[in-house]
Amino acid sequence: MKVLDGLKYSKEHEWVKVVDNRAYVGITDYAQDSLGEIVFVELPEAGTHLDAGDVLGVVESVKAASDIYSPLEGKVVEVNEALADDPALLNEDPYENWIAVLEITDDSFLDDLMNPSDYEAFCAGEE
Amino acid sequence: MILYNVGEITALPAAAAMMAVEHGLGYESQVIKTEEGGRLCFVVFLFCLWQDKDRTILILLLLGMIGSLSRRLIMKKTPLYENHLNLSAKMIDFGGWLLPVEYTKIMEEHRQVRDAAGLFDVSHMGEIIIRGRDAGSFLQELLTNDISKAANHKVIYSPICYDNGGVVDDLLIYKFSDDYYLLVANASNTDKDFDWIKEHLKGDVEAVNASHLWGQLAMQGPLAEPILQECTDFPLRDIRFFTFAPEVMVSGVKAIISRTGYTGEDGFEIYVPAERVSMVWESLLEKGTTKGLVPVGLGARDTLRFEAALPLYGHELSPEITPLEAGLDHFVKLNKDSFIGKEALVRQHTQGLQRKLAGFEMVGRGIPRHGYDIMDDANRIGFVTSGSHSPTLGKNIGMAMLDIGYCQPGTEFDVIIRNRPVRARTVELPFYRKKYKK
Repeated sequence: MKVLDGLKYSKEHEWVKVVDNRAYVGITDYAQDSLGEIVFVELPEAGTHLDAGDVLGVVESVKAASDIYSPLEGKVVEVNEALADDPALLNEDPYENWIAVLEITDDSFLDDLMNPSDYEAFCAGEE
Repeated sequence: MILYNVGEITALPAAAAMMAVEHGLGYESQVIKTEEGGRLCFVVFLFCLWQDKDRTILILLLLGMIGSLSRRLIMKKTPLYENHLNLSAKMIDFGGWLLPVEYTKIMEEHRQVRDAAGLFDVSHMGEIIIRGRDAGSFLQELLTNDISKAANHKVIYSPICYDNGGVVDDLLIYKFSDDYYLLVANASNTDKDFDWIKEHLKGDVEAVNASHLWGQLAMQGPLAEPILQECTDFPLRDIRFFTFAPEVMVSGVKAIISRTGYTGEDGFEIYVPAERVSMVWESLLEKGTTKGLVPVGLGARDTLRFEAALPLYGHELSPEITPLEAGLDHFVKLNKDSFIGKEALVRQHTQGLQRKLAGFEMVGRGIPRHGYDIMDDANRIGFVTSGSHSPTLGKNIGMAMLDIGYCQPGTEFDVIIRNRPVRARTVELPFYRKKYKK
C-alpha cells in the first residue's frame, strides 16, 4: 500500500494536499484497492460549498457505491473532469488523479487529519 | 412419512472461533465474536457440576440448545474455506456464509469465464433429497414446472410458490428415478424450503436435508469441457444441456455432474462429498491453470448471471413477486392439474400482468443498483431488481420490475440515483447471450 509524504489523510481514506489556500482532495491507494476496479465517478459541481463531512462525490466499483467525504470546509473551485470519462485512472494512480480542488474557508479541520505515518498505522489496524 | 433434517445435528459453540471480516469500503463490515458465548457456557457448566450433579444433565441439554442457537449467529463456512484463504481471496458475508467475493479482480474473473473458464465454490447451496413411491406426485404439487414427463438423469428448473403465487425459492431438480430426486436450493433459503416441504409432505415420501454432506463446484466457460475432461475418463460430451451423470469419477472422487450453470456460458456443476471437495478443487485448478482456468468469486458470479438475465432470489424473485411477473412463464405450467399457487397464478394470467421484469440501459450517467426507484415524472412506475456496470458490454444496465406499459423496448423513464433522476430506456433481455452446445 502506497502512502505519500506531504499529504494529510482522513479516516474515510481521502487524502488532502494543501497548496496555499487550495486543497486537492482524492482517495488513497488503500481506498482504490479496497474498492476494486472503479467504473464510475460522480464529481461535485464547481461552486458548491462543502462542510467537513459532506459528500463530495461518489466512486463506484462493479459491486458497490462509496461516498467520498469532504475532509474540510471549503468551496469547490475545480473538478477533475477526466475521471468522468476514465474512472480507472483512480486505480492506476490515486494520488496523481485528484478528484476536486477546494478553496479552504476554515483550515481548523486540517488538524483533525492524519499524517502519513499515523495513516499507515490506521490502515494496518483496518486489516 | 418420515422426516430427517441431518443439518440440525448440533455443533459445539466452543468450536466457533472469533472471525473478523473486513470488506473494504464498499462492503458491509462486521466483526463476529462467539468466543464469549463458548466461554460462558463452560463456566455455567462448571458451576452446575459443583452445585448439583443431577441438574447438570439438564444444563447440558440447555447448553445444546444454546449451541444450536449460537450456531445460527456465527458465520458458516464451506469445506473450501481454507483453500480460499490460501488463494488470498477477499472474504465477505453472503447470507450468513463466509465466501470469497474475489480472488483477483471481479472484472478480470468475469472476462476469464467469458473467454476461457472459471471455477466456483458453490458449496453453500442446499441439497434436499425427496424420495419414496409418491416423490414424483409430491413434487408435481410443489413445483410450478411439470416434471411428469422428465426422463431419468434430467435436470429441471422450477420455482416453488406460496398459495398467493409469490416465490418461496427457485430450484434445480435432479431426477435419479421415479422415486428419487435431488433438489438444489439457494443457500439462504434451504431451511425455509425444507420447512415448507415438511409442511406439505403427503403419501409415501420423505425429505432429507443433506446440504452439509455435499460440496458443490461449478466449472463454467467455453473451455470448461476440455479442462474438466482432463480430470475424468467419462465422456463429458454425452452430458447434454440440463442433464446429469450420477456417478462420474473426477480426480478419483465419485461425483454427480450436470451440464448446468449460472453464468450464461457452457459448463458443469459438480457435486462431491463435502470431505473430498477440497481435493477435487485443488486437482481441477492444478490441471486447468495452464489452460486458463481461474478461481472465481461471488462478485463475478453475480455480474455473469446478471448479464445473462438469470434471476437471483431476493432480487428478481421474492415472496412479493410471482414467477409470471419475473418472466418465468416457461417454467410455470398452468395446465397442470394442480400445484401450490396455481389458482393465484391462473388468475394473474387471465387478468393480465400489471407489471413485469424488464431490462434497461442507462442513457444518462450513473449505475443503477438494487432497490432504486423508477419514475415517470411524478409517478413511481417500478424499482430496480439488479443493476451494475456490465463488464462484457461496457454499459451501465439493470433489470427492473416495471409497470406493464413501460416494458416495450425503447420506452424511456428515470432511475432515481441518490435523489436525482437519471434517464434510462427499456431494452430486450437477456443483455448477453452466447451460442453454445445445448
